[in-house]
Amino acid sequence: MPLLLLVFWEAVCRAGMVSPIMLPSPTAIVLKWGEWLLSGELLIDVVGSMGRVVGGFLIGAGLALPLGLFMGASPRIYEYCNPIIQVLRPIPPIAWIPMSILWFGLGNPPAIFLISLGAFFPVLMNTIAGVQNVDSIYLRASLNLGAGKGIMFRRVILPAATPYILAGVRIGIGTAFIVVIVSEMIAVNNGLGYRILEAREFMWSDKIIAGMITIGLLGLAIDQLMNRLNNYLLRWHRGLDS
Amino acid sequence: MDYISINSVSKVFTGKDASVQALQDINLTINKGEFVCLLGPSGCGKSTLLNAVAGFALPTSGEILLKGRKVTEPGPDRGVVFQEYAIFPWMTVAKNIAFGLEIKGVSAKEVEERVVMLMETLKLSEFRDRFPKDLSGGMRQRVAIARLLAIDSPVMLMDEPFGALDALTRRTLQDELLRIWRESGKTILFVTHSIEESLYLASRIVVMTYRPGRIKRNQLVEMPYPRDPAGTEFNRLKRELGELVMAEQVLYTNDELRL
Ligand SMILES: Nc1ncnc2c1ncn2[C@@H]1O[C@H](COP(=O)(O)OP(=O)(O)O)[C@@H](O)[C@H]1O
Ligand SMILES: [Mg+2]
Repeated sequence: MPLLLLVFWEAVCRAGMVSPIMLPSPTAIVLKWGEWLLSGELLIDVVGSMGRVVGGFLIGAGLALPLGLFMGASPRIYEYCNPIIQVLRPIPPIAWIPMSILWFGLGNPPAIFLISLGAFFPVLMNTIAGVQNVDSIYLRASLNLGAGKGIMFRRVILPAATPYILAGVRIGIGTAFIVVIVSEMIAVNNGLGYRILEAREFMWSDKIIAGMITIGLLGLAIDQLMNRLNNYLLRWHRGLDS
Repeated sequence: MDYISINSVSKVFTGKDASVQALQDINLTINKGEFVCLLGPSGCGKSTLLNAVAGFALPTSGEILLKGRKVTEPGPDRGVVFQEYAIFPWMTVAKNIAFGLEIKGVSAKEVEERVVMLMETLKLSEFRDRFPKDLSGGMRQRVAIARLLAIDSPVMLMDEPFGALDALTRRTLQDELLRIWRESGKTILFVTHSIEESLYLASRIVVMTYRPGRIKRNQLVEMPYPRDPAGTEFNRLKRELGELVMAEQVLYTNDELRL
């Protein structure tokens, strides 16, 4: 079926039924992609985008995780922080673009800021929920075995909350990936987001689509990686077998 | 000296519109090495009393002393086996058993030795690296028992630990518990609503009343172990306790119907 579609697409283009600017043929896209790859520019763009995703995500999740653990464990900290978070959370990262450019100028800093913002809230919210939902029977059991606060946090609360946290990480990476493309279109002059916008100025539809496909494949790769991580970290979890 | 003494313990749960008097003026002393069963229908306050001894939910009034010291918080000197198999699902069998020892700061080598020995005792050796999700209910409860034996709690508190198991597995675990009790000399407080189970296990049975929870009968059981559930003395006591429990069960059932 996909092959049939591809053949059909190619045929439509070859027959000149659509202009190559509106819809370039698959072969043209592949050729363009090869050219892009060989020039070495593709690698730079991919590394640039992925570097920003990873950097921004690590900052965002790295801040969200401890904050979420504290907020989940202590009602007092929760009461204190929650109002601010409820107000900030619904603002889409995209809406932060103007302020982030004013604060950080152009280039990587505003992009990384936006990406970490995109990753921050999903990880935070899920970590809080994960900690709040730890079954009290496990807390009792660990108290009964003589666990102090530190051990209880590390060996009981954290692992018990992992399913939630990983779900948040997954959403966070997804958001980071959306935000990186948008921020590259606005604040940075390399990366896949920048490149497909640049290609539009020259009406290089084949390059735009090649870029889109690259973005899609990278997203898929990230998802697969997350899946692996999930399966490994949650190998104890009941839900995974069934 | 009394090992555990429960002095005039009452517990009231205060809710929004109603409060429940779960325990009323409970007085009970338990000697070292006894196997005491708390027996009574659902809702009579057995778990409430056990949790008070465990230090999870302290009494509203009265006090509980362990070796003369007042119980104020949970601790490894009073190990609990929960009905819900509260072993940690993210730890393997060996890790679960080792956890309490690691908390204590026992050296890795010693932890390993104890864990290997306990897995042997409870026939868990071949499941060492399994996670609890891959174990049957009986196996999980073995892990829970091994986890407590690891920290060597002098007192074991067990809240209907075998309630969810099939009859055959239950009997096997009862026999193993009896063996461990007699070899170790631990003091056991065991909650059950099964008359049969209490007669099979206990050296003393404490029958509780339903709402408010009080002690109705404090019955020494002097039959030698292993006990024969088909024996005459066993069945005489079973009938006798059965009548006591049934009277409370009726109250409970009436309450259920009213709700
Ligand atoms: N946390 C609680 N809040 C309010 N009522 C409770 C609570 N725990 C137990 N109760 C009530 O106290 C009574 C005794 O409960 P419980 O000790 O669990 O009984 P048992 O273990 O004998 O079945 C019951 O009527 C129950 O509804
Ligand atoms: Mg109970």
